[in-house]
Amino acid sequence: MAVPDNLNFYIDPNRCIGCEACVQACSECDTHKGHSMIHLDFMDRAETVQTVPVVCMHCDSPTCAEVCPADAIKRTADGVVQTALKPRCIACNNCVLACPFGVPKMKSDFKLMMKCDMCYDRTSEGKKPMCASVCPSQALFFGTAEEIERLRPRSRPINQFQFGRQTIQTKVYMMVPRHSQESLLSVTGILESEREESADMLLDNLYEEDQP
Amino acid sequence: MSSFPDGGRASEQPRWRRDFPIDWPEDQLVSRRNLLRFMVVVSTGFAAGQFWIGGLALKKRGEKHPRVEVARADQLGVGESLVFSYPEEHDRCLLVRTSQDEYVAFSQKCTHLACAVVPEPDKNRFHCPCHAGYFDIKTGRPLAGPPRRPLPKIELEFDNNTIYAVGVIKEMT
Repeated sequence: MAVPDNLNFYIDPNRCIGCEACVQACSECDTHKGHSMIHLDFMDRAETVQTVPVVCMHCDSPTCAEVCPADAIKRTADGVVQTALKPRCIACNNCVLACPFGVPKMKSDFKLMMKCDMCYDRTSEGKKPMCASVCPSQALFFGTAEEIERLRPRSRPINQFQFGRQTIQTKVYMMVPRHSQESLLSVTGILESEREESADMLLDNLYEEDQP
Repeated sequence: MSSFPDGGRASEQPRWRRDFPIDWPEDQLVSRRNLLRFMVVVSTGFAAGQFWIGGLALKKRGEKHPRVEVARADQLGVGESLVFSYPEEHDRCLLVRTSQDEYVAFSQKCTHLACAVVPEPDKNRFHCPCHAGYFDIKTGRPLAGPPRRPLPKIELEFDNNTIYAVGVIKEMT
């Protein structure tokens, strides 16, 4: 079975209320029982209460799989990037460091990288992933393009991301304001703007420009 | 189907990308050619192994054992025994004088788990103390306990007063 083509995952960070229902529901999923794969990120705790649920975006060219030295991370035909294969994963952490969205989790106690697999046991049967099934504000939405069009008249989905010099298309969509000019979202852009603003010595050294 | 980080087509990608695909269906694919190649290599290997084992057995059968002096005939009293090495230095054997003019010799290695057997001429048997195995002292056949094969018999020759070992008879049953 595969995830039906007409069903998509939409993330709308604006709607997230930080209730952590998704985090709890995620750990109930049978593909990774007891381990929540969702990161609920706090944007800037000093300034705002805004939170963002981070699930795997399922890139068409998954950086995690590209950097895997053990050939352990595979993408199924329906575009879902799966958790590392247990017999192959060497727990090297490359994927954790490389993922532009910070999705993979290293489970050192069983030496395995685990990541959001869109609740493959459920979505491959046409059901919603656990997080989308419990999200009270539907910041995590799983459904058809027509449904999201009807339910979110002021937003539109986008699934192009800029990661350094690479443009990535993802299976999961991010909602942006309908009339925004953005055609793609820069993943590392936030880091670059932070660097310009802050006079942080550590950050300055970390993100030093490549000399041409 | 995954795209590639450089945005190029699949045909432009280096060879290693085809060998280590990210896509599950390609990773699981075993082509008919690869399967056949594997089967041919493995079955050729098995066949060659059979010939090799057969060759070794033939070579062993053709081996001539040396003629080695073991003892003088009057050296042993009736019921006494002597340990000697034959055909190699570490192959320990037992020579037993079972009666006035009968001598027998067997390998000392128990055919169960290679412990050293102990002669018991008064009871007409060899005793292996490891797992209570018993062998007949005349024929070397197993009498009791775990051993299933007889002790290899050492062929003896008599020349005047001297006993020579001239061969090993190994029976498999």
